Amino acid sequence: MSLPALTIASKHPLDDVIRADRMPHIWCPGCGIGIAMRCYAQAILESGIALDNHVVVSGIGCSGRVAGYMNIDSYHTTHGRAIPFALGVKLAKPGLKVTVFSGDGDLSAIGGNHLIHAARRNVDLTVICTNNFNYGMTGGQAGPTTPYGARSTTTPFGNPELPFNLPYLLAAAGANFVSRWTTLHVRQVRRDILYAFNKPGFSFIEILSPCPVGFGRPNRIEEGLEEMELYRQRCVMADGVPLDEMGIDLRGDRPIFVGRLIDRDLAPYRAAPVEVDP
Amino acid sequence: MSVQAVLTGRHFMHGDHACAEGAIAAGCRFFAGYPITPSTEIAERLARRLPEIGGVFIQMEDELGSMAAIIGASAAGARTMTATSGPGFSLMMENIGLAMMLEIPCVVVDVQRGSPSTGLPTLPGQSDVMQARWGSHGDYGVVAYSPWSPQEVFDLTLHAFNVADRYRIPVFLMADEVVGHMVERVVIPPEEQIVFWERKRPNDGVGPAFEPFRADDEDLVPPMVHAGEGYRIHYTGLTHDERGYPDMSPEAHHRLVTRLVEKVRRAADSLTRTEETLMEDAKIAVVSFGSTARSARHAVREARNRGIPAGFLRLISLWPFPENAIRRIAEHVDAFVVAEMNLGQMALEVGRHVSQPVHGVHHAGGAMMPPAPILDAILNVATRANDR
Amino acid sequence: MKVFARTPVDLAEQRVPRGQVFLIPERCKGCKLCVAFCPRHVLQESSQSNAKGYHTPEVVPGKNGSCVHCEFCTMVCPEFAIFTLEVQA
Repeated sequence: MSLPALTIASKHPLDDVIRADRMPHIWCPGCGIGIAMRCYAQAILESGIALDNHVVVSGIGCSGRVAGYMNIDSYHTTHGRAIPFALGVKLAKPGLKVTVFSGDGDLSAIGGNHLIHAARRNVDLTVICTNNFNYGMTGGQAGPTTPYGARSTTTPFGNPELPFNLPYLLAAAGANFVSRWTTLHVRQVRRDILYAFNKPGFSFIEILSPCPVGFGRPNRIEEGLEEMELYRQRCVMADGVPLDEMGIDLRGDRPIFVGRLIDRDLAPYRAAPVEVDP
Repeated sequence: MSVQAVLTGRHFMHGDHACAEGAIAAGCRFFAGYPITPSTEIAERLARRLPEIGGVFIQMEDELGSMAAIIGASAAGARTMTATSGPGFSLMMENIGLAMMLEIPCVVVDVQRGSPSTGLPTLPGQSDVMQARWGSHGDYGVVAYSPWSPQEVFDLTLHAFNVADRYRIPVFLMADEVVGHMVERVVIPPEEQIVFWERKRPNDGVGPAFEPFRADDEDLVPPMVHAGEGYRIHYTGLTHDERGYPDMSPEAHHRLVTRLVEKVRRAADSLTRTEETLMEDAKIAVVSFGSTARSARHAVREARNRGIPAGFLRLISLWPFPENAIRRIAEHVDAFVVAEMNLGQMALEVGRHVSQPVHGVHHAGGAMMPPAPILDAILNVATRANDR
Repeated sequence: MKVFARTPVDLAEQRVPRGQVFLIPERCKGCKLCVAFCPRHVLQESSQSNAKGYHTPEVVPGKNGSCVHCEFCTMVCPEFAIFTLEVQA
């Protein structure tokens, strides 16, 4: 029996979870944020939690635009402040499943203080961080996760700074769960988001993502596909690698360590719930 | 809960504590804040009281996080508050703009101290009053109250929550260190006598046609829905259309921002509050607010004892500015004297509404202004008038 | 006929899944991730372009029946554009 070659469709299986009326989204061809968002959307469907009880809070940047495309209660807040906003939502209505979806600059630069304190408090939040190594929305400036020596519009001679090793940082801060994958590891990303939904305490999922226009082009990774190939070649499971060696260095052929990096059960934050009328 | 929420009765109460109790009486059950003199006692009181009554207290890592947290909690349906002083107020400005743009109610208390910068942490000032009006970038409608006693701190904090919920804005309580740290009688009414203004809610149920930012009513306030109610709303700080979706057009921007300003402007008459003493036949109007107003009123009475037709106007609401009261008074006075613990902020506002001369009695802050310099100014004005 | 070192007892009942490829062309941005990562090389870039000028994928001629519904293209597409549905035998 011969199947048709390719069938034109008008509706995607996830169109009830996303704001299909706003598709196509704004991200560049080859950008990985859409992949991460798709994993999140599918995790929401598989979570067993009603869509009405999911909330997403985002910050500013390309990753922050995810909130606008998710068909759940969504808050696109100020730069770096998604985490405390989400904390407020969660503490006021603990029955909600609150996820923060934002980018590396928003979460670890301007939002860095809130990131480490939320991890310290071990608040029951799932934070999805798409790390594309730069500030993409504003044209490709360096940020705290830009690899050493990489070029950007504010590091035209190569980044002279060492980037954050986010898993190490969050382990020290007190997070219960930290994993790192790339947009190539679509199954693991979805699985870990589901795991984080159910795990009490602070969960942080770093997803390395291509940014062909902002980061790729100045660094000779011309297309999103090329960066995905780079992930395929260089990613290594982090079994047994100490956290302080998890820093990302894109020079040469150094490995990129991925996997579930912290998974523990420190006491999550407890506060008296607010009596709010449903 | 066995612990009483509303502390009905007559108390001898600290101003900051009165603020905390006013919030509790208003139904506030979420406070996120950061310690800063002279507002810390508000946080400390709520740290003890809120968990007793099923509320949430959290000390955040900074004021930016505090402001973000109270907006988030309010978005989920709670009545929320934070309290700070000048330096923290400055830090909160960006998220104040977010609350304005998302139209999420909350109360922000600024117990003013000597400013600018670190200034005089333990001593009073009144120099944040213009900042309350213009502090965040952009145009938006502002409501700000200035209490002059712990009783008024209680009353205005309670009222602030109602105004916030009614108009979907952050409301500012601009106290000062004198009022915040003084101890005076505070009468707290029985719980059943407390008036609550509910947030406007949608008439229709959940559905794809619901537009969370459509405000067709006369008051220009859209109905509010909270996280987890099934409406699947999108709130963004970007300029947005009635659906809440980003809309980068100049038309949408002008429409939205105009409405944010207009919804407060339209309600100005019901929001403004003033108190007049000896003003009916006055020729010199003395204007003041907060702790300075105590001295100003005393100076006016003293001036009257000396035969000078002075009258006193106390601004209880700073914003919207009570321009109707000022203009009405301007019809029968020859001059204004504005006494404030800053180098001339509300005096500017008075001045632009009247053609009479406005004499400022200014001090940058650090101690409660005594009546003497205010009386001197009244005498000066009176003498000059006599010379003409 | 493949020779297994150990033959699974249910070998006769096992079926390789088959999938049908669907595309919402106006969402595609021609990133070619689906083309590159399909394990069966079912897809290729077509000469067709959508309204934005991006070249959309097509099934390689003759490979209509080769899709095994691994769903990798579904998962790796950033645009919510391409997906497969399992064809029941």
